[in-house]
Amino acid sequence: MTTDPTPGTPSPAGQAAAPEDPAGAEPAPGRRRDLRAAVLIGVLTLLLGFAFTVQVRNSDDEQLLAGAREEDLVRIVDEVNSRGVRLRELIADERRALRQLTSSDSETASALEEARSRAASLGVLNGTDPALGPGLRMTLRDPDDAVRVTDLVDVIQELRGAGAETMQIDGVRVGLTTAVTGTAGALMMDGRPITAPYEVLVLGSPQDMETALNIPGGVVQNIGSRGGSVTIEQVPELVVDALRLLPEAQYADPEDD
Amino acid sequence: MIPILGLVAGVLLGLLVDPTVPLWLQPYLPIAVVAALDAVFGGLRARLDGIFDAKVFVISFVSNVVVAALIVFLGDQLGVGAQLSTAVVVVLGIRIFGNAAAIRRHVFRA
Repeated sequence: MTTDPTPGTPSPAGQAAAPEDPAGAEPAPGRRRDLRAAVLIGVLTLLLGFAFTVQVRNSDDEQLLAGAREEDLVRIVDEVNSRGVRLRELIADERRALRQLTSSDSETASALEEARSRAASLGVLNGTDPALGPGLRMTLRDPDDAVRVTDLVDVIQELRGAGAETMQIDGVRVGLTTAVTGTAGALMMDGRPITAPYEVLVLGSPQDMETALNIPGGVVQNIGSRGGSVTIEQVPELVVDALRLLPEAQYADPEDD
Repeated sequence: MIPILGLVAGVLLGLLVDPTVPLWLQPYLPIAVVAALDAVFGGLRARLDGIFDAKVFVISFVSNVVVAALIVFLGDQLGVGAQLSTAVVVVLGIRIFGNAAAIRRHVFRA
């Protein structure tokens, strides 16, 4: 126990505070104590190095804010706030886009539906699609070959005036550009010869059309005065299935706005 | 030699492991490190003075750390933890300066 420090060592905190310690006088008898002391010193210094490194690393990321000055903190808070505002705006934009996409989806569907129904009615009107519905079946007999182009055109006009939606005469669909040509007894529809008796299938309100045809001085009377006759039969379900080719527009382009 | 090896090993270990300091230890760790540094400087000075004693070094090291942490802990309980931490750091810093001056005189003879 020769290395015992003096009992009056003043400070527990450091060797320097006790320079009068008679340490290291003669460490001969304590070889095992030396070893133990060395191990203890090694462990303690190891702990110190470890704690030192950990603390340095720790303060690196945490004291960054704790040690920042007030104006720096204010600036950082400002930045964070404006970043939050930007992100919120971004979220709102994305939400709006999402809403637009979902609603335009249904808009597209309804537009498609409308386009389909328009295509269907245009197909009936133009004669590119077969049509089915109530209407009249008329038979124009012309034993004297006296029915002229104008008489047939009158029939068509009268039917159209009475609300006919689509018709066919002797298997030729009447459309927008249908022409009736030829001479009496050798009439042609759209360049195709037709022969009496002419069979007219027309879709529309049967009563209206029959009334229109039968008015005094009208089509039926006119053909009768030429020696022909017209029989009219109302049909609740008539098929107009003669088709026309839709002429392709050569000069006119649709103008979209 | 051993203290230097221990320090280097500890630093390497800290770099490799990189643990997060538990919250309850966070106020005490820097104080403890400074107190331990004080003990190490004191030991170095004693060695240069030729009066180094392992037992004194170990006891002073441990008690330094414990007393420093205890002071800060008491300060925390009393609501003056930050001020007492500063006080401890100032005192230990002065001692480190004093020891460093003694070491300097030994090493540079000036």
